[in-house]
Amino acid sequence: MKPSRSAFLSWIYDPKIRGIIAQVVTLIVLGLLVGWLAHNAIVNLAARGIASGFDFLNDPAGFGILQTLIPYTESDTYARVFVIGLLNTLLVSALGIVAATILGFIMGVARLSKNALVSALATVYIETFRNIPPLLQIFFWYFAVLQAMPSPRQSLGWFDAVFLNIRGLYLPRPIPTEAVTAFVVAVVLAFVLWWVIARWAKRRQDETGQPFPVFWTGLGLVVLLPYLASLIFGSPFTWEVPRLRGFNFVGGWVMIPELVALWVALSIYTSAFIAEIVRAGILAVPHGQTEAAMALGLTSQQRLRLVILPQAMRVIIPPLTSQYLNLTKNSSLAAAIGYPDIVGLFAGTVLNQTGQAIETIAMAMAVYLTISITISLFMNWYNKRMALVER
Amino acid sequence: MTHETASSLQPPKVIFSPIGWMREHLFSSVWNSILTLITLYILWLLVPPVIEWAFLKASWVGTSRDDCTPGGACWVFIAQRWSQFMYGFYPEALRWRVDLAGILAVLWGGPLLFQRFPWKKLFGFSFLIGYPLIAWWLLYGGDLFGMTTVPTDQWGGLMLTLVIAAVGIAGAMPLGILFALGRRSELPVIKAVSIAFIEFWRGVPLISVLFMSSVMLPLFLPEGMNFDKLVRALIAVVLFQAAYIAEVVRGGLQAIPKGQYEAAQALGLNYWQMMGLIILPQALKLVIPGIVNTFIALFKDTSLVIIIGLSDFFMIIHRATVDPAWLGFATEGYVFAAAVYWIFCFGMSRYSIALEKRLNTDHRR
Repeated sequence: MKPSRSAFLSWIYDPKIRGIIAQVVTLIVLGLLVGWLAHNAIVNLAARGIASGFDFLNDPAGFGILQTLIPYTESDTYARVFVIGLLNTLLVSALGIVAATILGFIMGVARLSKNALVSALATVYIETFRNIPPLLQIFFWYFAVLQAMPSPRQSLGWFDAVFLNIRGLYLPRPIPTEAVTAFVVAVVLAFVLWWVIARWAKRRQDETGQPFPVFWTGLGLVVLLPYLASLIFGSPFTWEVPRLRGFNFVGGWVMIPELVALWVALSIYTSAFIAEIVRAGILAVPHGQTEAAMALGLTSQQRLRLVILPQAMRVIIPPLTSQYLNLTKNSSLAAAIGYPDIVGLFAGTVLNQTGQAIETIAMAMAVYLTISITISLFMNWYNKRMALVER
Repeated sequence: MTHETASSLQPPKVIFSPIGWMREHLFSSVWNSILTLITLYILWLLVPPVIEWAFLKASWVGTSRDDCTPGGACWVFIAQRWSQFMYGFYPEALRWRVDLAGILAVLWGGPLLFQRFPWKKLFGFSFLIGYPLIAWWLLYGGDLFGMTTVPTDQWGGLMLTLVIAAVGIAGAMPLGILFALGRRSELPVIKAVSIAFIEFWRGVPLISVLFMSSVMLPLFLPEGMNFDKLVRALIAVVLFQAAYIAEVVRGGLQAIPKGQYEAAQALGLNYWQMMGLIILPQALKLVIPGIVNTFIALFKDTSLVIIIGLSDFFMIIHRATVDPAWLGFATEGYVFAAAVYWIFCFGMSRYSIALEKRLNTDHRR
């Protein structure tokens, strides 16, 4: 081979130069693509006479919303509609996360139970609900169960305080009385004391090795102090119980059927995944750890609390947080049954009214991206704190 | 000092009788017994009514709702609507084409699932390249050999669900692998682009992506260039799933020891040879369970296309339940839909477990 020719061609084989070329080409292609899309969008928007920009947020919305956590009238702006959608998304996600975690931990532990019947039942639960699309489950609860509920007059009732009918789930509502200040102060005080005791107990254990039942003391304080406060200053709440007046219930809290269906379906669906995560986490703790804890003479409760759970949580927390994120994203299925969440309200109703597809969908997506980033930041922080420190 | 030998313990009793099994697994302690009784009570509350509804009191044959006995499931509804659930509004005279496409998929692609199939490479390559073309021709039609065209808005039912799932899987796999490689790349621009792509699609719900594909995509395309609604949904599904596949594959890539890369480089392989021949085969094998999980998620997610008005399996069933002729049978419809989705998803997860065991070539004891 002639040296001149190889010198001329050799740069093609230089990985560094190849890398630079690849990146420059990527950038150019990407730039051209974005430019082309933007150009098309500008032309199309102009042709259809759709305004662009976020000015529409100040316009009055002019439609009613099924459930609002903050006061809202039809003359309020689209910006307020956005906040309402966001709050509704956060509400159903928070409710779902709490319920799914509780159910998931119960089912995960149950599947590991030595009791054959219990573990079989948990297995059936998990394998059933995680293999059925969440949308189908939501529809099932909404159309097949809640829409088939009786009218308010024949509603199902429990303890004469909780009622379920076709209009939703009615719960007693606490109304604060004058004594509520003392009650809140007592609760705060109890938690502060708990924290102080925990610090003191940790120092004492570090110095003397003497353990102190921090958890039970703390729990006792949290129960006892508010109870004492309500004994001295009177009951902090009166309960407004829903009552049948004419054709409908009056008073109390009402959960609309859309919220109930979404909540129940998302909780059950996600709990099946959480159960598997919990099971895997517990199984990931080597049996030697249990044996070592036994050899140290720890009681079975101490073994669980001091040895098994802390190590299992290390495995459980990261996938658990992604399940929380999944639940939050799945709450967007609300749009299918008309629960007014951020996607249904914004990518649905507001988009239809204003035609501003790019802005409304971008805002809805931004909400989820923000939630995702927040959750993953928290996860990384927690992971770093809990990760095994090796030499 | 005298030593006394402790009397030897009896060997543990090995009991194979049902009673022994029950004593061991159900009534080993007081707490365990209470648990067993509570579970039995729950089962007693749940199981007999369900069996009575679904089987004992259910109606199986007939033509209309009048043939159904109250108090039991009306499977007549499912039987009457069966072909619509399967094919949607695909013209009845042309449904043999859907059947043929399905049979071809099983005969051509099915053998690939088995370990001891001799012509795997031949079948695999021809299937990957040839089948999509033939299937498209069969389902959609076209001028070739005078096939009648069936526009995609007549597609529906389980057939549409399977099409979306299959295209989603086939499209998301290569794209996802590319983005996984991009994310691990040492070139900063390519890495940044890959990370942005993956994190964006993973951070938003599929519903909003489908909304985007149905209302935003047309705005970004030049006048006159308009994709079919189904194609738009497919693009959305592929992009969305590719991000998840990318993260799964990335996990596999991270698990390959550095020595493998170094050995490949020492052999003088270039980047694509190294990845294609050494790294990816090992990495993909490691993450099969993760990939199958993504497929299962994708299969369940296909139900979301109802948001943009496609009549997939679930939507066809839901519509049938609000048909005035069959009002009040929503539960039957949903139970049937759930059973079908369940069979597919559960089947996939079992297959993945079997595959994982078979491919397990590591040297762990």
